[in-house]
Amino acid sequence: MLSIDRSIVDAIVAHARRDHPDEACGVVAGPVGSDTPTRHIPMENAARSMTFYEFDSMEHLRVWREMDDRDEEPVVIYHSHTATEAYPSRTDISFAGEPDAHYLLVSTREPDTEEIRSFRIVDGVVTEEPVRILDAGVDPHAVQSYMFGQSPATVDYECSGR
Amino acid sequence: MAIEVRIPTILRSYTGGAKVVEGSGDTLNDLLTDLDSRHSGLRGRLVTEAGALHRFVNVYVNDEDVRFLGALDAKLNDGDSVTILPAVAGGAFGFAAAAAMAQHVGAAPAERRARVTAS
Repeated sequence: MLSIDRSIVDAIVAHARRDHPDEACGVVAGPVGSDTPTRHIPMENAARSMTFYEFDSMEHLRVWREMDDRDEEPVVIYHSHTATEAYPSRTDISFAGEPDAHYLLVSTREPDTEEIRSFRIVDGVVTEEPVRILDAGVDPHAVQSYMFGQSPATVDYECSGR
Repeated sequence: MAIEVRIPTILRSYTGGAKVVEGSGDTLNDLLTDLDSRHSGLRGRLVTEAGALHRFVNVYVNDEDVRFLGALDAKLNDGDSVTILPAVAGGAFGFAAAAAMAQHVGAAPAERRARVTAS
């Protein structure tokens, strides 16, 4: 389960909309071991592509160093799919290099609604998880739970049984 | 001579969980060979069979991406700090080419790069 502040989700969606139709990407850092995303860092998509994203290598180093200095880790790594669903592609799975991160995908293919889904990707195995949006500043105990774009776990969009 | 090497989470299985290890070598290639003598298998995750750095692994010497320093031939000095980060990449580009690409990471970096940026 990914628990994340609504303000951060809103910022991620705004970033994805801003960069549409190119894919947008970024990180939400949080204290090491907390599993709590607290600091949104929109990243440059060095590929500037509608179907591919890649962090700029120098920005990547700078941001990862900064997280290290602040005792943070990448709790969420997000990117958008701009013409397809918010499900990890084969490419996403092949390149997923942070086994402790929540991989958040946002689909901006519909102009009015966003599909937001979260996954763990470890050793090529994708596991979808629920996303819990926290409304900070209202009542920390009044938690609302959503399942975004939930689909049967058995659906294999990418024929990934390679 | 001692060079500090920062290991990303995904490769710490090769270093007994250590986040930072030390090694030595006059070039990045020498350093990775030295590291592999104590952390067997690590080199193979960074260098292809053809002997090039994997396309989707970023290696830095101090603040520089080694791709701009001669890649595996990058010169190292005592006290340098080497950082390894798996590239953060992906996207909807999810057809067979992408899978083939990832399975043969590093086989033909220039060609693969061209296919990716052309998509």
